[in-house]
Amino acid sequence: MTTASLRLSRDDRPILIAALFVLVILVAGTVYTVSRFGSAPLLSPNYLLQQLQVGSFLGIVSAGMMIVILIAQIDLSVPWTLAAAAMMATSVGGPLAIPVGLGVGLLVGLVNGIGVAYLRVPSMIFTLGMNAVMGGLMVAHTGGYAPQTAATALMQTLASGRTLGIPNALFVWAAVSALVAVILRRTPLGRYIYAIGNKEAAAYLAGVDTRRVTVICFVLCALAASLAGVLLAGYSTKAYQGMGDAYLLPSIAAVVIGGTNILGGRGRYLGTLIGVVLIVLLNSVLSIMDMPEAGRQVIYGLVIILMLLVYGRGERVTS
Amino acid sequence: MSGISKRYAGVRALEGVDFACERGNIHAVLGENGAGKSTLIKIIAGVVQPDTGGMRLGGSDVRFATPSAANAAGVVCVFQELSLLPDLSVADNISIASPPRRFGLIDARAQRRRAEALLAGIGCEDVNPLMRVRDLPLSRRQMVEIAKALGQRPQLLILDEATSALTSADVEKIYAVLARLKAEGVAILYISHRMHEVEALADRASVFRNGRHVETFDKGVRSTADIVQLMIGRDIAAQYPPKPAPRSAKPVLTLENLSWEKRLERISLRVGAGEIVGLGGLDGQGQKSLLLALFGVLRGVTGRVTVEDREVRPGSPAAAKSAGIALVPEDRKTEGLMLPMSISDNLAIASLDAISTGPFVDRAKERAAVERGIARLQIKIGAPGDAVSTLSGGNQQKVVLAKWLMTGPRIILLNDPTRGIDVGTKQELYRLMRELADQGAAILFYSTDYDELIGCCDRVAIMYDGRIVRELEGAELTETNIIASALNIDAATAPHAASGSAHA
Amino acid sequence: MLDDLAIRVRQNIGLATAVVLFCALYLVYNLAHPRGFSSAVLVQNSDEIFALAMLAMAQTVPVLMSGLDLSVGAVMTMVGCFASYLLTGTAGGTPIHLEIFGLHLNLGTFPGGIEGILLGMAVCVAIGTLAGFINGCIVVYGRIQPIIATLATGAVYVGIALFLRPTPGGKIDDDLNWAMTNSLGDFASTVHIFNDGAAPWFAPLAWIPVPFALLVLIALLVWVPFRRSVLGRSVYAVGSAEGAAYMSGLPIERAKIAAFALGGFFAGCGGLFLAIQTSSGNADIPQAGAYTLNSIASVVIGGTSLLGGSGSAIGSIFGAMILRVISFLFRIFDIAPLLQPLFEGLILLAAVSIGALGVLRVKNTLELFR
Repeated sequence: MTTASLRLSRDDRPILIAALFVLVILVAGTVYTVSRFGSAPLLSPNYLLQQLQVGSFLGIVSAGMMIVILIAQIDLSVPWTLAAAAMMATSVGGPLAIPVGLGVGLLVGLVNGIGVAYLRVPSMIFTLGMNAVMGGLMVAHTGGYAPQTAATALMQTLASGRTLGIPNALFVWAAVSALVAVILRRTPLGRYIYAIGNKEAAAYLAGVDTRRVTVICFVLCALAASLAGVLLAGYSTKAYQGMGDAYLLPSIAAVVIGGTNILGGRGRYLGTLIGVVLIVLLNSVLSIMDMPEAGRQVIYGLVIILMLLVYGRGERVTS
Repeated sequence: MSGISKRYAGVRALEGVDFACERGNIHAVLGENGAGKSTLIKIIAGVVQPDTGGMRLGGSDVRFATPSAANAAGVVCVFQELSLLPDLSVADNISIASPPRRFGLIDARAQRRRAEALLAGIGCEDVNPLMRVRDLPLSRRQMVEIAKALGQRPQLLILDEATSALTSADVEKIYAVLARLKAEGVAILYISHRMHEVEALADRASVFRNGRHVETFDKGVRSTADIVQLMIGRDIAAQYPPKPAPRSAKPVLTLENLSWEKRLERISLRVGAGEIVGLGGLDGQGQKSLLLALFGVLRGVTGRVTVEDREVRPGSPAAAKSAGIALVPEDRKTEGLMLPMSISDNLAIASLDAISTGPFVDRAKERAAVERGIARLQIKIGAPGDAVSTLSGGNQQKVVLAKWLMTGPRIILLNDPTRGIDVGTKQELYRLMRELADQGAAILFYSTDYDELIGCCDRVAIMYDGRIVRELEGAELTETNIIASALNIDAATAPHAASGSAHA
Repeated sequence: MLDDLAIRVRQNIGLATAVVLFCALYLVYNLAHPRGFSSAVLVQNSDEIFALAMLAMAQTVPVLMSGLDLSVGAVMTMVGCFASYLLTGTAGGTPIHLEIFGLHLNLGTFPGGIEGILLGMAVCVAIGTLAGFINGCIVVYGRIQPIIATLATGAVYVGIALFLRPTPGGKIDDDLNWAMTNSLGDFASTVHIFNDGAAPWFAPLAWIPVPFALLVLIALLVWVPFRRSVLGRSVYAVGSAEGAAYMSGLPIERAKIAAFALGGFFAGCGGLFLAIQTSSGNADIPQAGAYTLNSIASVVIGGTSLLGGSGSAIGSIFGAMILRVISFLFRIFDIAPLLQPLFEGLILLAAVSIGALGVLRVKNTLELFR
């Protein structure tokens, strides 16, 4: 997106504020740990790397979710797409494990895309239905228990191993990030995505194949979820029921905290990245503080509201 | 009103305006788009606040902070963009602001009776008050809007292009209503671009230009030519570029028996390279549908479309684009542009393939193409990175056209492109159209303005009821003939051109 | 007259379809059930339907304004946990103390006995309404989109619920539990009114399940008057065309806050009942999420458009009932429990895709983009 001015554009402000907030969390957390334990684990690279490693799963899911939110849609089928990919990958095992897992994502994304783009069912409700169907399929397939087969060695290495001291999962997240950022900023597809999110009718009349772009976006989102599922199964060495449920709302929150408009059409990937880091760090600090789940939820909700209030709110509708 | 001024983001919409209208008087407000009429009306109606100046209503000073405050004082406005709620019923809409109540809740029966009475008052008994506004045709919706305004018992009624979507029969009903209100002592402000309406109705008229009040005069004092001169402030001669001598051009676009639902019936037409062919006729005879059909927006179109000896079946705008067809759509704000996005992004969106190297968009090529587009159409902008919503209407339309020119089209379809555009930009667009035709493009041009059709087009196809009833060119291309064909009657028995039924 | 009827039916086709569908499904269910058409089955079904029906009503109001409330399940859970403290019904009342940040605060004693229960129920419903009111204020004054505002507040409310009940517990007065989850006759005899349920005029009504009666009462006494009020109509107006609503001078901000507050009220009622029914307070986060998502599905199945401006909470009630009856049917037809979630999902998907048939008939593709 071209901008000639040096002033802070509307898209950059939330990124800066989110980055600032990340610093605030780091500082506040360090103050706490120093005063309580006399140490600063938050500042230790090893600790941070480990936290980011766990955060990479959320990061990958959020990258996919951002794409769908940009075209003014939403994907509520992420939880069971993630879980199904994990379960199928561990069931199949062997060299086909990862391709099968990703294949699940491809399939789900295609169905979602067709339902939203061709049948014009509101994405909120169609993906909700898909989530239920995927959940049902997995329950039927696994008999309601966690599948006993373990994740393949490759999956485990990708998720838990390290290369040059840096967790492999981070490399995967970085690769996904690079791909998404490049698509959004440098390719025609990225332009079409922003155009559709702003005004689908105008994009359509400009000769953009809006249906195909929509399908591609849902496929990308589901692929991201399935990749995260495969990695998560590798990290936990097996798949388990409900493993994707904890990723839906935080991924949406990360995207929104990063400055992407929930109604679509604007937002930069850097923002989503920082949003994920913010949420992961917040989680870390809260667990260091031994905050019970109750407190975590409350703080999590309050942080989202606070940040949105600070970003500059929507316009009052006058005409 | 005295000394009213208003600025919008650096643009002076109104400058030191003094204005007055009286009871029992129909007062027309005339001026080009951008002259300040809409702003003046919005200030009177309480939608916006003036920066300076004051208003007096019936002798006392007033200041309306909201539309409801204005309504309470008896100032009611019927805007061009309808203020109806599409999903609610007619009865709900008419009594939306202060419905009849019983035990604190809305009395549906009383509301319905009220709606029936008001609709009958304007001659619209056929509208069932239970119907949802969304299910009514546009002309009926506008009548409901007017009934709603009358229900608020206005002392000052403002009609902002309120008759633009009405059928001629409905327009007559409205004239009758206005005459009745006049007799009752209501003051009426009437904004319209249709000179014959203004001539028929107005007792007094005021002309605005560039945010200033130019002149107010009584009925009959000024001729139409005088008025137009006041409105644009300069000689209107040579408004249209000269047309080339008629030549038999190779047909670039050929339509054979194009049909769609009941709206298009066996349309056959040829447009040659270098020709500007206009589509004329009364509103809603299929002209817009024809353009949409050619651009691939409509499903179930039958018939043959040939572009340069090759048959094409535009099944979507994307397919039409690759066949070399471009469409400048009807509503630039919702169909032609992505308003929050930058000028540069809007310009490039249709031709990203051409400015890409491999899978990536080539920034340098894009910048160059964008600059070329801006220069060619002389679009007045701040910077290419500005949002396109900051541009004036005329410049926005130029962006839409430039976007399409960047795709190198052979056939350019224009859907009422000069609606709501200032005169200066209009003339630039006319010149550009002729230039493009001279360079070999085939142009199909729909306009609701007969002058434009006569001035710009080599040939005009008049449509009636989904069919082309006549093609006029050369000496035959006159207003009389257009009107006669539009009404589908013989030219010899055509009504006088100045009658109120010339509805375009 | 007939013209009017035709118009009304056409405008409410979604609601009509839902009603017909529900009646058909429920008929099949009762026919197949060994003890179908009996009061006992009716009571059991009503108990299972009530909470979701309430949440469906709660979700309807923000959806009518083209928004969404992702916190309905959380509000329900939170109110349920409050109820597990306030409705114990012990004679001497319940001592209330607060343990927060290491401080131990004694807030006095909440009354017991009948007054305590009535007061407790009122307080619970008020808490739900307050939660909704807060949602509305954040959306209106914070100018944050409803979907993300309620996502955040939902987390807060769930946190409060967890704070109240880190593990499931608490107690609901046994009489209350019995009275509310059975038929009107049982209610009357427990509460000792209408001659303990034996009054002659009362007898024909005695078989009606209490939750069903409550549902009808709440719908009639709360929803219908709201819909006919200026505030209620403003909610529809905002969902239909917010700009036009502003131009017409409607109280937009008050309508939005009222809409969310009403949603909170319904969600609170649902939570209250759930606590009474299960006789405990359970801060079950997955359950809250499931209820929220099911409430959205109920709204859609009940014929309310996610785009706003048209629909009704009555339709959503039927939508919720359809969802529940489908799971009842699975039980009856002994569908393998492992396959039930799959079928539920497929049916949901099919139900919402039915609207797609209209899309295929559209001749001007521009109409597909609203």
